[in-house]
Amino acid sequence: MKSSLRIACSRSHLQEVRDFVRNYLTGLSLPEITINQVVLAIDEVVANFIIHANGEDETQFLDLELAFEKQELNVEIADHGDTIYLPGEHQSPDLRAYIKEGRKGGMGMALVNRLMDRVEFFTRGNHTVCHLSKHLA
Amino acid sequence: MKVTAQPSADTLTLLLDGELDASSAIVLDTELAKPDILNYRKVLIDCAKLSYISSAGLGVFISHLQRFQDANVKLVFFNMQEKVFNVFEILGLDALMTIVPSATEAEAA
Repeated sequence: MKSSLRIACSRSHLQEVRDFVRNYLTGLSLPEITINQVVLAIDEVVANFIIHANGEDETQFLDLELAFEKQELNVEIADHGDTIYLPGEHQSPDLRAYIKEGRKGGMGMALVNRLMDRVEFFTRGNHTVCHLSKHLA
Repeated sequence: MKVTAQPSADTLTLLLDGELDASSAIVLDTELAKPDILNYRKVLIDCAKLSYISSAGLGVFISHLQRFQDANVKLVFFNMQEKVFNVFEILGLDALMTIVPSATEAEAA
């Protein structure tokens, strides 16, 4: 079962992305916490693509595809901008330091890496693609 | 995302309603950044109607926590849905922030 969505690169579309993912997962009889974790991981990557890779340029767009087969959820998020966005090696955030510094960002990819079984960024031509996967029992 | 402020004596209660993400986090950030919030002894965050939080939402709380601590303002979360609490837990924030089950416990914290 596959399903896809295309959105313009604006934060205002994050709600649409989450609703799309929730609707897709609702039919799989999963616990609410598991659904929320997958929604969160996808929301974080899409937000990073919108903000960091595309500078919130609404003329750019992203494609999201969900596929569920043999209890495995595979997600592809494909960027169509010209900026290659490859997040660095994941490191656990030092939250005590973040609090002391009053820091707002730096936790999104840490969450994604803890929530999904596999997280992979790569280039396809001039564009960036992210693959996420998770076994859903 | 809607934020409703309910002041009473030395306590300010903020009721969060909706989904807190990279788009809506600015609404909460504006509320927490108000200078007069530091005049309260406690800021209670009622999460009963908070149905989603992303790292952008967590980041808003993290970015104000030290400022609150320096001013001796206690930040307490209560009525948090299990799926939202799970996000705090995944990062270990439940150990660094005060999260209690009910309004009664939040008032006593």
